[in-house]
Amino acid sequence: MSSSDAIRMEKVCYSVGGRKILQDFDFCLERGVNRTILGISGAGKTTILKLLLGLLQPDSGQVFIGDLCITGIPESQFMQRRKRIAIVFQGGALFDSMTVGENVGYRLFEEGRLSRNEIERIVLEKLRFVGVETALDLYPAELSGGMKKRVAIARALAADPDYIFFDEPTTGLDPIGVYNICSLMQRLQGEGKTTLMVTHDLDTAFATSQRFTFLHQAQMLFEGSEAEMRSSQIPEVREFLQPTEGSLFV
Amino acid sequence: MNIAIIDKILLNFFSELQNYFALIVRTLASMFQRPFYYREFATQFDKLGFSSLFICILTGLFTGMVMALQSLIQLKPFAATSYVGGMVAVTMIKELGPVLAALMVAGRVGAAITAELGTMVVTEQVDAMRVEGTDIIKRLVAPRLKAMLLALPLLTVVADTISLLGGYIMSAGYGINPTMYIKGIPQFMVFQDLVEGLVKPAVFGFLIAMTGCYVGLNTRGGAEGVGTAAKQAVVLSSVLILVTDFFLTKIFVAFRG
Repeated sequence: MSSSDAIRMEKVCYSVGGRKILQDFDFCLERGVNRTILGISGAGKTTILKLLLGLLQPDSGQVFIGDLCITGIPESQFMQRRKRIAIVFQGGALFDSMTVGENVGYRLFEEGRLSRNEIERIVLEKLRFVGVETALDLYPAELSGGMKKRVAIARALAADPDYIFFDEPTTGLDPIGVYNICSLMQRLQGEGKTTLMVTHDLDTAFATSQRFTFLHQAQMLFEGSEAEMRSSQIPEVREFLQPTEGSLFV
Repeated sequence: MNIAIIDKILLNFFSELQNYFALIVRTLASMFQRPFYYREFATQFDKLGFSSLFICILTGLFTGMVMALQSLIQLKPFAATSYVGGMVAVTMIKELGPVLAALMVAGRVGAAITAELGTMVVTEQVDAMRVEGTDIIKRLVAPRLKAMLLALPLLTVVADTISLLGGYIMSAGYGINPTMYIKGIPQFMVFQDLVEGLVKPAVFGFLIAMTGCYVGLNTRGGAEGVGTAAKQAVVLSSVLILVTDFFLTKIFVAFRG
């Protein structure tokens, strides 16, 4: 796989209000390798996604989409490159003034390249893929949490991205909802999409990813496969996988 | 107070000021660039302008009636009650109409703009729009600014007209000849007063929209953050309206010579 196709960050530092979120953080997401970033709540997992998308600017270090460094340049200059990536936010982040159909077709309507009929066909196809085609004319406020996430996935798919980021996709869902989201992610991977997920849900992570990064106190403590992670001797990783009393994370 | 704290406060103030002006510059540039989001503009014009019509009518009506009542009391000892129409007109069209309409709209619409954008920020809808390839200044800020630039002068004209009607009703109740009331209006007014009465609400509309959008887009935290931001936007807009009104009046007086 060509490294010019990857999304990566080099020596990134990021802090909020004097608190270090990331310190000299290196990360690389290659095409075809599905990854999960693990860590406790507040470890900075979502921040990594936002930095990779250029939604946040690092204090220092560089972020690349392919061979383009997106750090310190106006958003308009990397907007086209970023369209290769889609994200499913934790709460779905559906536009509440628009119907489900308008949400899913948002990017296509914005681009204005396709006819209305063509966009409506794509929207229905994506909604069918995630199994919520009956919600086409509903507003986000009328959907359950699981449906919102599935609609958010449909919206992410509408523009046919190469990479899809998932921010805590299973948080707050019942076991059936979790199963549905995991199945969807596996189907997407089967269709050649590369996924990057941040979560603290180990079952979802191990079911959907090949490589794992463990984040703790602004540093990457571990990077490797499931087997390597399970046999890791790093105390924080062991503690994360099998919490005990007197936790290191308190 | 520790010098470091003063330093930090000043730094924050100038940083916010810089960001506010940066947003203004980007928005002004975006107003003339495609895409124009006509549907969003129409929606915002309806939400921000038309929905404020009733409150502006009420404000104009009762302020006009009060102005007429007060003028009648003051003018009666001098047997100059025929000037009441002119006094109501000049006060309302030059000062009270634009300022009161702007304050009403700031309370109602400024808070709504901030709450809407603030909610979009904290629920990551703004981030989602950016990822989808949307320029949020063009999509969210410019249509609101255009709507306010058009809506507030129109609302002010309505408030002014209704206030003159209120003054007329009150004067008629006190036995003032209606013809004298109407004829008194042009005696006190010149063309520049009308220009002044339209420029001021346009400037106030600009301040309400930009302040609402700036505070909204910089909202942090959850529901509490949105509430705090809405309150901040209303206070800031109201203060800016009153301060700007003084300087605008000074400028108009200087032009009058």
